[in-house]
Amino acid sequence: MKTKSSLLRNNAVQSLICSLACVILGVFIGYIVLLFINPNGAGKAISAVIKNFFFYPAGPARSKYFGGTLVKAAPLVMCSLSILFAYKVGLFNIGVAGQYVAGAGISIYAALAWQCPWIVCLLLAIAAGALFGAVSGVLKAYCNVNEVISGIMLNWIGLYTVNIILSNVKESASPYTNNISSFNSEAILPTMGLDKLFGNNQYVTIAVPLAIIAAIVVKIVLEKTKFGYELRATGNNKNAAKYCGMKEKRNIIVTLIIGGGLAGMGAALLYLTGMEQWSCSQSSVPGMGFNGIAAAFLGCLDPLGSLLSSFFIQHITNGGGYVDKTMYCSQISDLISSIIIYLCGFVLFLRQSINSRLSRAEERTAEREKELAAEAAQGGDK
Amino acid sequence: MLLLIQYTLIFASVLILVALGGCISEHSGVINLGLEGIMVIGALGGALMMKYMPADASAFATIVCTVAMAILAGVIYSALLAVACINFKADQTIVGTALNMLGVAAATVIVKAINTAENPDNVSSEIQYIAQKKAFLVNIGSFEFNWFMLLALIALVLVAIMLYRTRFGLRLMACGEHPQAAASVGIDVLKMRWAGVLLSGALGGLGGLVYITAGVSQWKFEVGVAGFGFLALAVMIFGQWKPKHIAWAALLFGMFRALSNVYSGFDFLAALHIPSGIYNMMPYIISLVVLALTSKSSRAPKAEGIPYEKGMR
Repeated sequence: MKTKSSLLRNNAVQSLICSLACVILGVFIGYIVLLFINPNGAGKAISAVIKNFFFYPAGPARSKYFGGTLVKAAPLVMCSLSILFAYKVGLFNIGVAGQYVAGAGISIYAALAWQCPWIVCLLLAIAAGALFGAVSGVLKAYCNVNEVISGIMLNWIGLYTVNIILSNVKESASPYTNNISSFNSEAILPTMGLDKLFGNNQYVTIAVPLAIIAAIVVKIVLEKTKFGYELRATGNNKNAAKYCGMKEKRNIIVTLIIGGGLAGMGAALLYLTGMEQWSCSQSSVPGMGFNGIAAAFLGCLDPLGSLLSSFFIQHITNGGGYVDKTMYCSQISDLISSIIIYLCGFVLFLRQSINSRLSRAEERTAEREKELAAEAAQGGDK
Repeated sequence: MLLLIQYTLIFASVLILVALGGCISEHSGVINLGLEGIMVIGALGGALMMKYMPADASAFATIVCTVAMAILAGVIYSALLAVACINFKADQTIVGTALNMLGVAAATVIVKAINTAENPDNVSSEIQYIAQKKAFLVNIGSFEFNWFMLLALIALVLVAIMLYRTRFGLRLMACGEHPQAAASVGIDVLKMRWAGVLLSGALGGLGGLVYITAGVSQWKFEVGVAGFGFLALAVMIFGQWKPKHIAWAALLFGMFRALSNVYSGFDFLAALHIPSGIYNMMPYIISLVVLALTSKSSRAPKAEGIPYEKGMR
């Protein structure tokens, strides 16, 4: 009994249970939706979504598509790191989408118009994201503007600005930007032989290990350094942190700068592989930033958890491409992942109720033990 | 010029409706970031109604049924926000963001399923309503009057009266300023917040319908509503959470939006060669600047975004 309750009390175990519950429930609701659309192929479709690259028999094709999922999971990891880093400091960095857009814009422009090598493009992307984050941070620290609101405004400002800037380097016949790999192969991230591991998938570059390293660095900075401790203290109680002599205004700004840098770097990690081209006519902010919110919360706001959750979300998103298109559409996986985030909103409540139920059970056993002890004592007296 | 006025008015109508929705919800103490998703679902409800209306239905019946359906869809969808944020004390920003994503994904899945069921080769997410849309328009000379403009005006007056002149409205606002104080005089805070969120769902759903009928006769649900829900939030903040100011802000922002559509019709604007993105960007820049200047003395409801805890002081 005791060991079981302490296991359930464990934070990591609770997080794992809650996330798994969200995922299972989300997939189940997705399955019901499929049943409603067409009961005949629902089982096959949902297994296609979950299988993703396991759709292919073992061999180069499977590892190639495994690589493809990893390539798109890397920017997602960066976006979710950006969200969780700010969240630990008590800030909701919804501007991650705009910071991502800024990073995408400058890295593509630098690659095509200025013919910069990849390292310069990457650094510029980080700087652009950080700049967007800094605007939010300064507004929050000195003008008391809620970072959610300023983030939303900056998302759209960023989108339209980047559309205008990138239309200078787009293909003349389409709204897409020029292909980086043919115009400036210097700007493509090096593969360092990783492509060989994934069935010669040329898009698998150092972006994947870079994202993993970033997650580990964020974890160490937040949990093992004085700087990270100060940031978290500011998040827990701004006034207490100020009272202890921490510079709470500086901490807010620095947090959003780091968050922005992470998001901007994420964009570079995707667009500098050459896998995707920017569409200059897009009228909505790319979903990557918002998916990052999903990944951060599904990963229970832990950098290593967000590695897993980002991969999972990208896994089912790609899996959506394998459903039978005569009956269903690939957006079913977007539906599932948005249901999962919605359910993540309930996690706090679930945790509270688990904890209060555990405490009640513990109290009851403690009381019973006391009674037993009292009875035994009385018995002894006689 | 007439075209600019027409577009300004119709975009302003959308913004007024949705921003009023956001305003009611925030006055009750719940931040409704999911307005974008609510608009999509409301638009979906209205569009499906138009699709399945018999072709010989009268204009009046079409308007009433379509509007009712859009409102109903918005209300039902906003209940998802209400149950999570009010009863289960979920983080309002997460749930709002989830609803935005869910709205677009769900609408796309539903529309594609309907289209594919009708014709297996049709995998688009488009609904057409060319004939039915005419019910909403009245031509006055070359000016296309849209009934929704009147509807937005009525909603504006009603909301203004409701918030400041009725017992319900004043109680609603009390729940957004200091819920514990409101509860101490016998107001059911949870019920009031539910009312606020559902009302914002109704207005948001209606706004979504107006948006997809504004200039076009078919809608591709994959693109959602292209940030109009967020623009409405900007209008609401720019309008300092007051209906009258929201109306002026909506007109201003609507004009910029309209300019991005029709600026090439003006010789002096076309000569400037400003890309349409600049006009689209202006409302966001203006509100950011205004926010920076005014947020020290913000008129935002004090308790917005904080789940109601009975025991808290």
